[in-house]
Amino acid sequence: MNTIPKDLKYTKSHEWIRFIDETTVEIGITDFAQHALGDIVFVNLPQEGDSVAIMDVLADVESVKAVSDIYSPVAGTVIEINAELLDAPELLNKEPYEAWIVRIKDVEEIEETLDSEVYEKLTAEEA
Amino acid sequence: MQLIFEKSRPGRGSGILPESDIPQALDLNEFGKTSSAFGEIPVELRRKTKLNLPEVAETDLLRHYTQLAKRTYGINDGFYPLGSCTMKYNPRIDEEIAGLSGFSKIHPLQPKHTVEGCLEVLSLAEKYLCEITGMDHMTFQPSAGAHGEFTGLLLIKAYHQKRKDDKRRKIIIPDSAHGTNPASAAMAGFEVVNLSSTKEGLVDIEKLKEIAGEDTAGLMLTNPNTLGLFDRNIAQITKIVHDAGGLTYYDGANLNAIMGIIRPGDMGFDVVHLNLHKTFSTPHGGGGPGSGPVGCKDFLAGFLPEAPEGIGKVKAFYGNFLVVVRALAYILTLGREGIPEAAQSAVLSANYLKKKLSDMYEATSAEPAMHEFVLSLADLKKQCGVSALDMAKAILDNGFYPPTMYFPMIIPEALMIEPTETESRETLDHVADVFKTLYHQALENPESLRHSPAKTPVGRLDEVGAARNPKLIYRPQSDGENRPGIEEEAVTSR
Repeated sequence: MNTIPKDLKYTKSHEWIRFIDETTVEIGITDFAQHALGDIVFVNLPQEGDSVAIMDVLADVESVKAVSDIYSPVAGTVIEINAELLDAPELLNKEPYEAWIVRIKDVEEIEETLDSEVYEKLTAEEA
Repeated sequence: MQLIFEKSRPGRGSGILPESDIPQALDLNEFGKTSSAFGEIPVELRRKTKLNLPEVAETDLLRHYTQLAKRTYGINDGFYPLGSCTMKYNPRIDEEIAGLSGFSKIHPLQPKHTVEGCLEVLSLAEKYLCEITGMDHMTFQPSAGAHGEFTGLLLIKAYHQKRKDDKRRKIIIPDSAHGTNPASAAMAGFEVVNLSSTKEGLVDIEKLKEIAGEDTAGLMLTNPNTLGLFDRNIAQITKIVHDAGGLTYYDGANLNAIMGIIRPGDMGFDVVHLNLHKTFSTPHGGGGPGSGPVGCKDFLAGFLPEAPEGIGKVKAFYGNFLVVVRALAYILTLGREGIPEAAQSAVLSANYLKKKLSDMYEATSAEPAMHEFVLSLADLKKQCGVSALDMAKAILDNGFYPPTMYFPMIIPEALMIEPTETESRETLDHVADVFKTLYHQALENPESLRHSPAKTPVGRLDEVGAARNPKLIYRPQSDGENRPGIEEEAVTSR
């Protein structure tokens, strides 16, 4: 398994959050998540301009096993979606920490997040 | 094996179809021309080529489909433990009765006085199925389970609309539900609220109390649920939803476990759908017609599709009538004693097999199962890398159909097994032996399972490739790359 990057924040539901600046974030799914999902074959993305609240369904990813929702760990406005994933959903499997799913601006609220060490412990327990 | 299109030779045919005695409205040789009966249709919307229909002799046609039939696997071939699908034996007498010409050779528009027997079938089936479910009325229009869900949700929607209770937009659905539940709710225009389960796999009562409120339109629930567990708090669950002003929907997919023993109506449900093709005897699993009748309590009767101010038709005429004939034949042959006995035997089969397998495989609940149970192969996968998928594929090489896999989604590496009441003890013992052999094979030689199946007409399919790069168009191989297949030409000329 890939090492868990130290500069990111994590959620219990296996999303990662990268702060681009104080109120703008990138969100993706962790290596643990992509591993559990298996080969991802489709990604359903939100629209740019959508406003999201914490725990709203941000996107969904479909693997050969199942369709899973990705929950928003923050409240804000979607400024950019990673359209590359529409044609190449396998990027989420190959480079989970590079393949961001959405960028969200005007982040006012954020779910309680975990740092890399705590997240690593969590995944060790679940694995 | 060749496709029927590849067996086609120009000019060949068979005399199966009689000459048409109805004047032909359109001359198929005219479709490229401007002045013809096709004149109404804009030129750019017309086909540019003839329909590519295979031309084969009757012998070749028969052989082709016989070969295909030999490659299929159904309940008449052997054990078929596809969880939540109730793949049980369908008594032949039900087929025979559904095949009677008085039932099978009728037209929905023929005068009522010539089909009174058929109308009696519908009314008797309604009476008995209402008795089994504890409902007051039933419509037979929905053509299968998900269609029934959609219809039932429209009843709930119409009820709230009639009362001008417009804020009720949310349907609560447990995370162990069949995937069709949230899909049907979304189709019916509701917002889906996910209700997480307790560690035991039952409805989390405290969470339900938090969620249920003045925006709740209803709750959809399967009981027993997809873990094969009967939710003992069911009366409390339906009361919480009713107290909040919502209605309760019973997904009847798992009715086989409880029919004739306890009734959804008595558990507090207002709307029920049944899968006649699962519980009440109709071969399914091959895409054939199903039937998903929806029952409701009296206060919702005015919204049924047939009611003057109801939700309107959800299917033409009377639904898939012959499936209802089979269901009635099944009910009448089993009778008041046989129906609950079938349910009891289904539960017994599941618990017998569960007990035999749980020495090796991890059962997800220590409680007695209902008609089905779920194993998790997460530990086995950690030990030797063999997944639920590998195990399912290896089962194919052992002569029977695999269980449902990766469902319910709350269980990692799930195999969901529903043996049904119609399997003998010998069959269940044999199945347990196969599971045991495969368990040891997984630990000793995991690689051998990862390449299974080897004995089936096709080996391990590339599911990922099929999903990422689907090939949906038939291309004749002899035509090479330069000429697209006739189907594709038809598509691109639109």
